[in-house]
Amino acid sequence: MDPATPGCADVTAPSVPNPPPRPLGTDEPRFVRWLLIAIALGFLTLFLFVPLLFVFFEALKKGIGVYLAAITDPDAVDAIKLTLLTALISVPLNLVFGVAAAWSIAKFNFRGKNVLTTLIDLPFSVSPVIAGLIFVLLFGLQGWFGPWLREHDVKIIFAVPGIVLATVFVTFPFVARELIPLMQAQGTEQEEAATVLGANGWQTFWRITLPNIKWGLLYGVILCNARAMGEFGAVSVVSGHIRGSTNTLPLQAEILYNEYQFSAAFAVASLLALLALVTLALKLVVERNTHSRQSSLEQVP
Amino acid sequence: MSIELHGIVKRFGSFVAVDHIDLHIETGELLALLGPSGSGKTSLLRMIAGLEAPDEGSVSFQGKDATDTHARDRQVGFVFQHYALFGHMTIFENIAFGLRVRPRKDRLSERAIADKVNSLLLLVQLDWLADRYPHQLSGGQRQRVALARALAVEPRVLLLDEPFGALDARVRQELRRWLRRLHDEVHVTSVFVTHDQEEALEVADRVVVMNHGRIEQIGAPADVYDHPATPFVFEFLGHVNRLPSASAETADTYARPHDINVERTPAPASLAARFVHGSAIGPVARLEFALEPSAQTINVELPRERFRELALREGEVAYLTPTRLHRFSPA
Repeated sequence: MDPATPGCADVTAPSVPNPPPRPLGTDEPRFVRWLLIAIALGFLTLFLFVPLLFVFFEALKKGIGVYLAAITDPDAVDAIKLTLLTALISVPLNLVFGVAAAWSIAKFNFRGKNVLTTLIDLPFSVSPVIAGLIFVLLFGLQGWFGPWLREHDVKIIFAVPGIVLATVFVTFPFVARELIPLMQAQGTEQEEAATVLGANGWQTFWRITLPNIKWGLLYGVILCNARAMGEFGAVSVVSGHIRGSTNTLPLQAEILYNEYQFSAAFAVASLLALLALVTLALKLVVERNTHSRQSSLEQVP
Repeated sequence: MSIELHGIVKRFGSFVAVDHIDLHIETGELLALLGPSGSGKTSLLRMIAGLEAPDEGSVSFQGKDATDTHARDRQVGFVFQHYALFGHMTIFENIAFGLRVRPRKDRLSERAIADKVNSLLLLVQLDWLADRYPHQLSGGQRQRVALARALAVEPRVLLLDEPFGALDARVRQELRRWLRRLHDEVHVTSVFVTHDQEEALEVADRVVVMNHGRIEQIGAPADVYDHPATPFVFEFLGHVNRLPSASAETADTYARPHDINVERTPAPASLAARFVHGSAIGPVARLEFALEPSAQTINVELPRERFRELALREGEVAYLTPTRLHRFSPA
């Protein structure tokens, strides 16, 4: 950044040590600051750190052997495979959809643009259970397409396609939501410049647009992936909980818990918790890159 | 290459940005589109480039209709107001971009591209910055990179949108002289958009003054300055005083501040005015008068020596005689 933009530290920290720092007129009294910090930290501890530690504590309580046995159990392995498969299908789909939606919303003007923007947010505002039910009503035996599907021997509900569909639905806002403000802020000048220089649409996308959005895109993909692997509600409705066949990791954890296999349940849960931690780390790396990139963009007058 | 615009109309919703414009741009000339913001000059430039499609009318290059030609096939160079440099590419790659995206059969060899980019970098005097990124450059340097990038594809027309708008005053002065010299060297038909009359008058061969989507006047800089066709042009191209007309029927008359004489004694047709304030910084003294009895403000510019000679005191009455009057018959 510009050296001419000092942080507020320069204002509060006096260069001469002798006279005690005079309180700024806009500062809150000290106890208010401490109280706010304490509330924030207490909240984090209670709702984040303690449960996280508890998950790992419970998972490993009966020893590493039991832990390893739990996560190498055939049903658990199948759940891991299904979770990976679901993410592997839904994340690329939403990547393409997200880029296409963000591109059209940020770079073109068309009728119904606001409607599309609102619709993209729909999965965020609809309860995941309702999202799952929509698919049951569409593709279930009693649903609209049920009879036709049964005639042609296609299984969607209580089968892998249903799980993928529900996951795609729940996760589709992530990439688009991340890209729309970014692409809107960047405008279309660079694309116009590329076009005038003779680049076709494909070249403009690969050489100009994609490099400009790559960090935002990656960020969206990370969030999308985390949700795809962790989704419970919508998947629970369409899955039917068939062990070794339609159970994802979150569902497997629930089943084990309901069967009082606490250590196994927490072992499976710890895999999801690990995923969350990895996501968090990746997110930090990407955020750092986005920031350095943005500050270099900001230097353009 | 010459450019022909015929009956161009552009609307944005109910706003008419460009209103039936006809314009002929000669091969090799440097033309300025001058006007206040919202006068339609940038829209017109973007329609020449193909970045915007006219609602009515046609654009032709060298007599060949290009109205429906895609921007990428028009072979124009466009310099954007904020340069639109590619932030993730080095300066070298920015300039090489137009050469690299050509279809394989027309593409130059890697060697030829490097030679070409290097010669362009020399032309814009930035050869030492080839490996830097745009954000490491100053505004003036970015401007020149944008120009080199536009010239790399050997455009038939060079279009510049407010080329000096985002620069500070000193760099701006320097760059516009440099652009003038560059144009004399490269000689590509060029059109630039500006709202700064000084810039247009200093750099261009011809100036097109625009207002509300229409052309007010076209002419050589000296022409439009000395013989403004409309009150708008007159007021837009420098400071101006509107003088009270003798009767209701006659049109208003106008005089530039430097076309008014100041005397201490009345002369035929002189106007009495109270001296309000004067400042003599630099070679020209700027004086403010209040006409008697209407108290309308009249600005006068005098050589510094003349101002000292007069030795006016504030509040004193003096006599103003316009040496050059402009009169516009009511439209």
